[in-house]
Amino acid sequence: MSLRIGNKEIRSRLIIGSAQYPSPEEMKNSIIASGAGIVTVSLRRQNPNANEGAKFWEIIKSTGCEVLPNTAGCKTAKEAITTAQMARELFNTTWIKLETVGDEYTLQPDPIELLEAARVLNNEGFEVFPYCTEDLSIAQRLVDCGCSILMPWASPIGSAQGILNEYALRTLRERLPDVTLVVDAGIGKPSEAARVMELGYNAVLVNSAIALADDPVDMGKAFAAAVNAGRLGYEAGLINTRDMARPSTPVPGTPFWNE
Amino acid sequence: MKIKLNGEEREAVTGQKLADFLTELNYDTGHCATAINGEFITRSLYSETTIQENDELEIVAPMQGG
Repeated sequence: MSLRIGNKEIRSRLIIGSAQYPSPEEMKNSIIASGAGIVTVSLRRQNPNANEGAKFWEIIKSTGCEVLPNTAGCKTAKEAITTAQMARELFNTTWIKLETVGDEYTLQPDPIELLEAARVLNNEGFEVFPYCTEDLSIAQRLVDCGCSILMPWASPIGSAQGILNEYALRTLRERLPDVTLVVDAGIGKPSEAARVMELGYNAVLVNSAIALADDPVDMGKAFAAAVNAGRLGYEAGLINTRDMARPSTPVPGTPFWNE
Repeated sequence: MKIKLNGEEREAVTGQKLADFLTELNYDTGHCATAINGEFITRSLYSETTIQENDELEIVAPMQGG
């Protein structure tokens, strides 16, 4: 059930966020229990004499996960580019989950700023994971400027509304068969993660649904199982839907049956 | 001279190098990254970067994120 990104083999198709857990210990235990191979992190202003950043970083390193820093909160391409450059030095990785907020209410990404930042960062040698909507044209533009991974939302970040536009997600998968597609946001239940994987998506990123659960450790395990189940189902080949019933039990030989 | 550090005004010594400024404030430079006026400053340039009046410094560290 591993996932290949660049030259790295990732042990799980579940990507987990590191925010909003009740405690650092609960965060660490949940990440480990989920079996995730990639964990998302961020960077924030640090006051003089504070040391929280170093402590957090040590915990993340102890999980053995690959680290995917984000540019959460950035509104412009310029802010996102500088944040990505700082993240590269801080986390010693060229991976960047590129976010450019276009609307404060929905946290919908600004596609113009996103595209501009992606173009610059791809040219600077970053592996860009752009957080985008399900819009096919923007997705294609991101691919054209060098992105081999896309992270469309299922619904707004932290909303737990699940998949709002399955048609569009399915279309992205069909139209961009060679791109690594990761649903990034809005997943609230393990069953929704399984559904995303059944659509042929390469991975799912989950944060709030695990971190804010009554038991984040068990929820991490539940999402791991769901992602594996969905992927296995996709690889096994789902049967087509039909309008009419088709008996699964053989009809010939049915008692009292007359053709 | 006045500068801004993470959005807050504070005083800095005129002509001070970024490396000295960070050391004076006890920043662990191995666990933070810096931008001045929106431009990333890599660690190797701290000792040759002079802070100017009204500069806006951003100093960030690893943090939880989704």
